[in-house]
Amino acid sequence: MIHARFKLDYSSFALDVDLKLPARGITAVFGPSGSGKTTLLRCIAGLEKAPNGLLHVHGETWQDGDDFVPTHRRPLGCVFQEASLFPHLSVRDNLEYGLRRIAPGLRKLQPEQVVAWLGLQSLLSRKDTASLSGGEKQRVAMGRALLTSPRLLLMDEPLSALDSASKQEILPYLERLHTELEIPVLYVSHALDEVARLADHLVLLERGRVIASGALSDTLGRLDLPTAHLDDAGTVIDAVIAVHDATYHLTRLDFSGGNLWVSKIERDAGGAVRVRLLARDVSIATVMPQHSSISNVLLSRISEIQDEGLDRVTLRLVIGGEHVLLSRITRRSRDQLGLAAGMEVYAQVKSVVLIA
Amino acid sequence: MYSIFSASDLSAIWLTCKLATIVTLILLLIGTPVAWWLARTRSWWKGAVGAVVALPIVLPPTVIGFYLLVVMGPNGPLGQLTQSLGIGLLPFTFAGLVVGSVIYSLPFVVQPLQNAFESIPERTLETAATLRASALDTFFSVAMPLAKPGFLTAAVLGFAHTVGEFGVVLMIGGNIPQQTRVVSVQIYDHVEAMEYGQAHWLSAAMVVFAFLVLLALYSFNRTGRRK
Repeated sequence: MIHARFKLDYSSFALDVDLKLPARGITAVFGPSGSGKTTLLRCIAGLEKAPNGLLHVHGETWQDGDDFVPTHRRPLGCVFQEASLFPHLSVRDNLEYGLRRIAPGLRKLQPEQVVAWLGLQSLLSRKDTASLSGGEKQRVAMGRALLTSPRLLLMDEPLSALDSASKQEILPYLERLHTELEIPVLYVSHALDEVARLADHLVLLERGRVIASGALSDTLGRLDLPTAHLDDAGTVIDAVIAVHDATYHLTRLDFSGGNLWVSKIERDAGGAVRVRLLARDVSIATVMPQHSSISNVLLSRISEIQDEGLDRVTLRLVIGGEHVLLSRITRRSRDQLGLAAGMEVYAQVKSVVLIA
Repeated sequence: MYSIFSASDLSAIWLTCKLATIVTLILLLIGTPVAWWLARTRSWWKGAVGAVVALPIVLPPTVIGFYLLVVMGPNGPLGQLTQSLGIGLLPFTFAGLVVGSVIYSLPFVVQPLQNAFESIPERTLETAATLRASALDTFFSVAMPLAKPGFLTAAVLGFAHTVGEFGVVLMIGGNIPQQTRVVSVQIYDHVEAMEYGQAHWLSAAMVVFAFLVLLALYSFNRTGRRK
């Protein structure tokens, strides 16, 4: 477990957090710019010293007031927005910079493993890191951090400086980080799609304070939080690949609340996938639709309705008692259908975004 | 060579090179931590220390020489220290020249180093810390290699500026052959003695030396930047 309590008071900005975070999986720290995400991460890294701060990581004390473990003695890895490769070192020397500084007995990851894992073979012979593309640099930076065998990986918007092609190049590696390595990750981001794709746990920051901290799908489904009111608001469902339909080139995904048909996934049945259902893609019918092109219809119960501006409302729907969907419809539709909390309705999902 | 330079000319050249080499080495040792501190500190003292370091640029050499003479003299604090240590007095000795030159050339070493250190992004040094490098380790493994052009500039300017020094030498060193008579003083002597031919050769040698040093420096810095 990670317990972090920091209080900072600058003239322009204050941070006041007391957080308990799971010590496994990816925890996303999400918030608008200026909300204190990066400052929180810097406090955890020891790059910023909050007076009277407290930080316990996996039972170790990294800070207790003035009892402050300096950054270079904390077993953590950092990947920043810009790769910050050392310009005077080759790719290989960059990768091995941290590795050389930890005791051989603590090296849980070997260079060959990390190189193969991040696809860095072809870059190893490069002397001049300036000639690498943005995505390549970021992969080297990730490898360099991983080779210190960190017990906690801190990532500060590692994708935000990249173009979308490089982003797509990096994302699969981040997902494998998730599934194949047992290193807990703290991932700062202001992009909801990245968060939905990668995170297990979500912390929402606003003006230096924590406004929510909880499991990803629970938190994304809460109407009292700003995330439910963003344009790309939506929830995620972790499902299992059930069957492939060769005739129509479709795949059925099962989860405890029902199933969803999506375009065929080239993976074996039984594999786990995560899908994202955006509020704007979910419409409502009060009777089971009979003649509709939408094939994904889930029986659900309305638990809450909230106005969204003057013309629209956001509905929180519960499926099978545990899964949450958001639906954004017009206020007129709500009134014409007479929707109210507690009603059973059919949620029609126009599109399912497969994210992992 | 021997037809151009007299024995005393050669001895002055040798002395000048020896002085400049020793002073440059001392300055790199002292100037590096000072420049690092100036480049990284947020202390209130930064301005004051920076100004003191830069003083020799604007002060007339005679002023520096005069105060050094006072401080190193029999009643000055440094003079009393050296006497109590059994070294004797520094004025009119080679050691005194070294002390004076170190102070006189200090800004020419500190400022290029400070500029080089300041151009290293904070993030680069923080990255090293997250990769388990202590502050000292970061300095030697990241800051020094990245500041290499700054070190070269500092060494060249420190050396060249010491070679070109005249006023301070005359004030605290006098004109003792093989001890304090450096090239600039030797030229002055030649002129005083109306030996214009000798003065010409030595002066021309200084001009060529200064030009070559600066040429090497500028062309190195250009290729360094292109890289």
